[in-house]
Amino acid sequence: MLHGLTLLLGFQLIGEVIARLLDLPLPGPVIGLALLFAGLITLGRVPEGLRTASEGLLRYLALLFVPAGVGIMVHYQRLGSDALAIAAALVASTAIALAVTGAVFQWRRLQPRARRERDETGD
Amino acid sequence: MRPVTEELHDIWAFLAESPLLGLTATLAAFLLAQAIWRRLGRSPLAHPVLIAMALLIAFLLISGIDYDTYFEGAQFVHFLLGPATVALAVPLYDQLPRIRELLLPVTVAVVLGSLAAALSAVWVGAALGASRETLLSLAPKSVTSPIAMGITERLGGLPSLTAGLVLITGALGCLMAPLVFRLLRIRDHAAQGFALGLAAHGFGTAQAFGLSAAAGAFAGLGLGLAGLVTAVLVPLLLPWLPVPG
Repeated sequence: MLHGLTLLLGFQLIGEVIARLLDLPLPGPVIGLALLFAGLITLGRVPEGLRTASEGLLRYLALLFVPAGVGIMVHYQRLGSDALAIAAALVASTAIALAVTGAVFQWRRLQPRARRERDETGD
Repeated sequence: MRPVTEELHDIWAFLAESPLLGLTATLAAFLLAQAIWRRLGRSPLAHPVLIAMALLIAFLLISGIDYDTYFEGAQFVHFLLGPATVALAVPLYDQLPRIRELLLPVTVAVVLGSLAAALSAVWVGAALGASRETLLSLAPKSVTSPIAMGITERLGGLPSLTAGLVLITGALGCLMAPLVFRLLRIRDHAAQGFALGLAAHGFGTAQAFGLSAAAGAFAGLGLGLAGLVTAVLVPLLLPWLPVPG
């Protein structure tokens, strides 16, 4: 557990250093994620301690959003003036994202079969 | 001897300034929110994060404690978002055989889907006159919160606004998905799950697991890959987005 947590923090730290050193627009933890993912592929398995620490953190992932979410109270005036734009943007883009992703995925996946049943491309 | 009310006042003055109160209140509000959510049949509209936020905001407004003081305590929870983001590498690695098997649909769908989510949000917001900070905070809103907040911070938006928008997006995605899938005849469970994970992150992933285990696995994959792709593409595309300077 402690090994796993140290490993996670270590990869985050390396990610933060790389982001600043190379002036990348990526968040440090995302670089840490990518590096750890590459490391796991190279290693070919997930070390026991790392799995314990990761699953422990991810089980309570929802809780971790709460402190920042409460910060929305500071922005209530902005929410008032931009409310319509925000609501329209959220509804439209969520529907578009669902439609594009689902349709493209199904279309690409069923492509070989679709030559036989061309009406089911979902395009 | 001092009156009890004065003593209580001193204790409150200590607590209101101490990190202990913010931290305890955060954990307690979340536990209470989880109980309410279960009572309401686990509806995405009553997600524990949304309820916990509402409870804490009400508590802070009533008690007159400002957000910065609250955050001194809550930051110990907030800090764990960093290592939790790194930890997403583990479930992503568990999906590696599926990624290899369906590399082409996964790659095309994640790039087009992530772009559609971010660009449509910014364009619609800009068309309706949203301010620069709002637009920058909207761009990564389909992505899982820890990554979305990291992206917003790098873009110069407001991470706490993004946190709220991400949560609303998750609830909206779960509500709209059945309708969108029916209209477009998306019946493949892998495609439904992948779309739910990409467009509605953890909320969508939870809903996909309700469809089937395969849908859930692809939702987890969609969530993780959309986070990576959005984190790379959105900052690069920023100069071409209709964001006022």
